[in-house]
Amino acid sequence: MSALLAQLELHDRSAANDCVANNGICPSWIADNIDRYWSPFLQHLYLTVVSVAIGFAIAFGLALLAHRRRWLAPPITQITGVLYTLPSVAVFFLLLPLTGRGNTTAVIALVAYSLLILFRNMMEGFANVPAETRDAGRGMGLTQQQLLWRVELPLALPEIMAGLRIALTTTVGLASLAFLAGAGGLGEALFDQIAFRSNVLVAGGLALLLAVALDLLVLGVQKAITPWTRAVST
Amino acid sequence: MDAGGEHMTTLAFLGDFGDAFDYIFHARESQAGGAKVGGAELLPLIWTHLEITLIAMAIAVAVALPIGLALGHTGRGAFATISVSNTGRAVPSVALIAFFIAFFPRTPEFWNVTVALALLAIPPILTNAYVGVQQVSRDAVDAARGMGMSGMQVVRRVEFPLALPLIFGGIRTSTVNVIATATIAPLVGVLTLGDPIISGTVHGRAGQIGASIVVAVMAITAELLLATAQRAITPAGLTLERDPSSSRTLKRRIQTAP
Repeated sequence: MSALLAQLELHDRSAANDCVANNGICPSWIADNIDRYWSPFLQHLYLTVVSVAIGFAIAFGLALLAHRRRWLAPPITQITGVLYTLPSVAVFFLLLPLTGRGNTTAVIALVAYSLLILFRNMMEGFANVPAETRDAGRGMGLTQQQLLWRVELPLALPEIMAGLRIALTTTVGLASLAFLAGAGGLGEALFDQIAFRSNVLVAGGLALLLAVALDLLVLGVQKAITPWTRAVST
Repeated sequence: MDAGGEHMTTLAFLGDFGDAFDYIFHARESQAGGAKVGGAELLPLIWTHLEITLIAMAIAVAVALPIGLALGHTGRGAFATISVSNTGRAVPSVALIAFFIAFFPRTPEFWNVTVALALLAIPPILTNAYVGVQQVSRDAVDAARGMGMSGMQVVRRVEFPLALPLIFGGIRTSTVNVIATATIAPLVGVLTLGDPIISGTVHGRAGQIGASIVVAVMAITAELLLATAQRAITPAGLTLERDPSSSRTLKRRIQTAP
């Protein structure tokens, strides 16, 4: 009986090896190796969340500034536009003499890329606040500061959150290149065995899954904090 | 050595960046020796980079533009268009290239990379063409119909010209993305400008930084050229219609990225 089992196991293993040798999509290989993807996945998540959080803070500061001082909006758009145009891979290596290799370099490049998306959506959100609503706020005696935090910002939230979603999904994609800056992530696992189908499917699939999950998470948060949009949305 | 001496001192204070510029303009021995890198040796890499970009963009425009115009014209497929653009943004460019390499091992790498890049370039063009046509004022379309234009004529002579600024915006976004992503093609054996960046052991640090500068200049040049072209072909009426006091302009691009 045990001899039979051993044979069975032997047979099973050789089938799995065949699958790997034939460059197939091997469920047993994936089940055996899924642990290897955990740490690149977490690193990918870390790069994405840290970069977008820093990018959001900077873009928000810039948007508040440009909202107060209108003439600042075009130059800020242009500068963030150039940062957006610079290819991330190029930025990784242009930073080499300054920050070396590693997380810092990758995060700086990803932050630089996200600024335009976030800033533009924030300005769009502010621009879409109806003038009548602003007037009503002023008529109720709100100060400039109160108007911003209690009227303009809540009404701009849909655009701001839309920008956040675009920035997150885009950054997940770009973080796949962070391994070139020595910051690991799923891209590293992907390129480790780029011609092996099972590996490409798992590493690429996890990146895609991460993007979709973060997107849905922000969408959920947005729905929760803007209850009034549900009443009027078409 | 003496001839290059003066040249070196002027650039030396810039350190790594000086050396990188030297790499861009003057061929040198590779790190391990035995091969020339940098300077004129960059030209074939630049050419392949441009070739991939142009072919991928041609495929993407040929596929995405007619579909975007048709969907925008009929007003159907809003959900599908938005889904394509959202999914497209979430797919990591590297994963797509890897997918083609792993699943089409018999296709030449050049074509695998080019087709993967074309797929990445489609969503921004498709979305922008769709939105561009959709935002054409109903009055303009009604007027065109009243003048007896057929559906095809409305698309060609009214909707397409009025949608051009947005369509061009999509093409700009995609072109810059494709130039950026073509940098990683050497990882799968297609030698673009990314080669000095990725093969650091051959080209050295100067090669990595030098090629990064060239790629960055290339992306910015493409962006500026297309922006100029966009301005040149935008119908005069649209530029006049733009309200300079509003922060929203007709040329605003719909954001989609790799």
